[in-house]
Amino acid sequence: MDLSFSAEDQAFAQEVRAFLAEALPSDIRAKAEIDAPFDPEETMRWHRILFDKGWVAPGWPERFGGPGLSATQRFILTEELELAGTPPLSPFGLKMVGPAIMQFGTPEQQQRFLPKILSGEEVWCQGYSEPEAGSDLASLRCRADDDGDHLVINGQKTWTTYAQYADWIFCLVRTNANVKQQAGITFLLIDMKSPGVEARPMLTIGEQPAFCDTFFEDVRVPKANVVGPIDGGWTVAKALLGHERTLLAMVGSSQRLLRRVKRIAAETFESGRSLLEHPGWRTEIARMEIELEALQMANYRALAGAQLGKAPGAESSILKLRGTEINQQLYELAMKVMGLDALSWYNEAGVVPDMEQGVAPQFCYARATSIFGGSNEIQRNIIAKWILGLPSGK
Amino acid sequence: MDFSLSPEQKMLAETVKTFVKQRSPVERFRKLRAEQRPWDPEMWAHMGELGWLSVPFSEDAGGFGGGMIEVAIILEGLGKALAPEPYLASVVLAGSAVAWAGNAAQHERWLAPMMEGTHALALAQAERASRYDAARPSTTAVRDGSGWRLSGEKIFVLGGAQAHAFVVSASTPDGLGLFVVDPDGPGVSRQVLRTIDGHGAARLRLDGASVDDDRRLGEPGEPAAAVLDRVLDRGAAGACAEGLGVAQAMLDMTVQHLKDRKQFGVPIGSFQVLQHRAVDMFVEVQLLRSMSVLASIRADEPEVELRQRSVSAAKAKLGTAGRLVSQQAIQLHGGIGITDEHDIGLYFKRMVGLDTALGDETWHVQRLSNLPGFAGA
Repeated sequence: MDLSFSAEDQAFAQEVRAFLAEALPSDIRAKAEIDAPFDPEETMRWHRILFDKGWVAPGWPERFGGPGLSATQRFILTEELELAGTPPLSPFGLKMVGPAIMQFGTPEQQQRFLPKILSGEEVWCQGYSEPEAGSDLASLRCRADDDGDHLVINGQKTWTTYAQYADWIFCLVRTNANVKQQAGITFLLIDMKSPGVEARPMLTIGEQPAFCDTFFEDVRVPKANVVGPIDGGWTVAKALLGHERTLLAMVGSSQRLLRRVKRIAAETFESGRSLLEHPGWRTEIARMEIELEALQMANYRALAGAQLGKAPGAESSILKLRGTEINQQLYELAMKVMGLDALSWYNEAGVVPDMEQGVAPQFCYARATSIFGGSNEIQRNIIAKWILGLPSGK
Repeated sequence: MDFSLSPEQKMLAETVKTFVKQRSPVERFRKLRAEQRPWDPEMWAHMGELGWLSVPFSEDAGGFGGGMIEVAIILEGLGKALAPEPYLASVVLAGSAVAWAGNAAQHERWLAPMMEGTHALALAQAERASRYDAARPSTTAVRDGSGWRLSGEKIFVLGGAQAHAFVVSASTPDGLGLFVVDPDGPGVSRQVLRTIDGHGAARLRLDGASVDDDRRLGEPGEPAAAVLDRVLDRGAAGACAEGLGVAQAMLDMTVQHLKDRKQFGVPIGSFQVLQHRAVDMFVEVQLLRSMSVLASIRADEPEVELRQRSVSAAKAKLGTAGRLVSQQAIQLHGGIGITDEHDIGLYFKRMVGLDTALGDETWHVQRLSNLPGFAGA
């Protein structure tokens, strides 16, 4: 057993850090330093810089334009980017529909879509959930009727994150209502500019327009945009959810958040001393640090398993669950450390220290992490059934 | 980065698994407990024959030159079966102290019979007045001619009931010293204590006990203090590994119970509220396993702060994970879990023992939070 990285991997980490020092634009760096949220323009600008470097899709195979990194180097790259606080790239193209098209798409679909996902020329969003189909995703009703070379879509998708900025949406649609629910679903790529598509942004509890209700009225989509067989979309969706689950350990961003908590605590005073000098606060922060360390070790073990070519197993199934809980608890701790400053809501600079700016909306939005990507209760169902082998019930 | 076991380590894990299954099921511990015997000396001798008692010591000291990874494999297996032989107390704690601070003659005198399995050792560092802080014992050692006189009292010496010799920490005029004390020597009295987990322990009273200078391990002061510090970190890492075995066993037993036990006409494991409770136990066991690995890798790390940080994080995790797993294991077993007749309660109590020994969760959280790097990181 060995916790250290090889000399080659350490050199790669150096290369990543040198690149970051060079290539991260100063305005984005300034925001990263105080953990301010990024707007879509900044995110896409950073996307293109990473694309030019060849690092925008660390996990993609070389034949689709990936950089051909080892599992460890992919991990190092991801971790260094997170630790530097660079804008998180939209996962919908790079980590979700891209891999799905690689696995299930036709060569034509691969040529048509993958290069523009990579370059950032086309931005994607995800159309899974519906008002009446959340955790029970297979009950979805958004209809696709056969019309020769086309499917005609009618219905509504919800929680479509950043649909208002997206060029394309990948959807699960109902192509057959007369069979077992899972057997009548199709995975479909829809151009957001098609007539009859409307994305209506809604505000989250963080009061930002992070997701939309997306409506489809007689939207005509060529059958060439079906990924996998018609009525075979559930298989594609399940493969994709597996990808999504392993993305959500959030170790790097939680480490940044912990550091931020300590910096805020060091500059927050009560009874003449900073909270970071107060034994009670130190132990409270230390307890979070220990939980995060345990998550990081579990993440390392999953990574080491991946290096050996093992499918994500017991270790990775807990990553989403604990990763999101820890991230939420860290925001909670940040709010507690801030005291009355936690009340500040989008005030001008100077009302609260820069370091605290934006914590409250982020704390609110962080409640979403235990809901999206398969709610944590669904994750527990999966572990209970597939790992512990407990009998299904109602 | 690599978390896989070497072929030799895999073989050791297999041997431990088979041994525990065939030679040391929980019934063995139950029987010893009923007879108020802290251990089975024949089993200890057998472990000596298998070479387990020599694992973490250098070849110079007559050991196998293994490390904490191998020790953790053994302890996890012993934890699963609640084996009461004092592997943690005698090999990991007292044995490491003799190996690191002692000279060749002392290795021959105390370590060799321990490795053979004819003797057991114990480390007597804890005192009532200083709780988990081992750095400044109120037990004293003063010069007396060519030897020493030791006075003081050591509490809850792990493995103290069956030990043939004790490594005692004491304050000397030059700082902390380590001495090997014969429990039957003049001025020494051992009181065997009962403990919550049924493992052997003792209180050791030293009343001007006369100790020859050749029983002093290494130089008092910084050298001895540093050894004791390292020994206690090894011990805490070992407790994590044994606790992992205890936690894993409780999870396995509980999941099996959820599948077997029927109420309302169905297995209770089909109820979602119980499934999610079991998943929470599973998650904590996974995290504890990750931290136990970390502690094993870092227990012998030369950079002190890194070692202390990792070991404390892991031992603290043993506290939180152990509590959740053992409490929920009882809860999910229902009424039968409260009975002495069912094994789950024995595991529950062993977890209390391991959490409490060698610094509990609060103590390790505080130690970690007071490391110089904590505020800066």
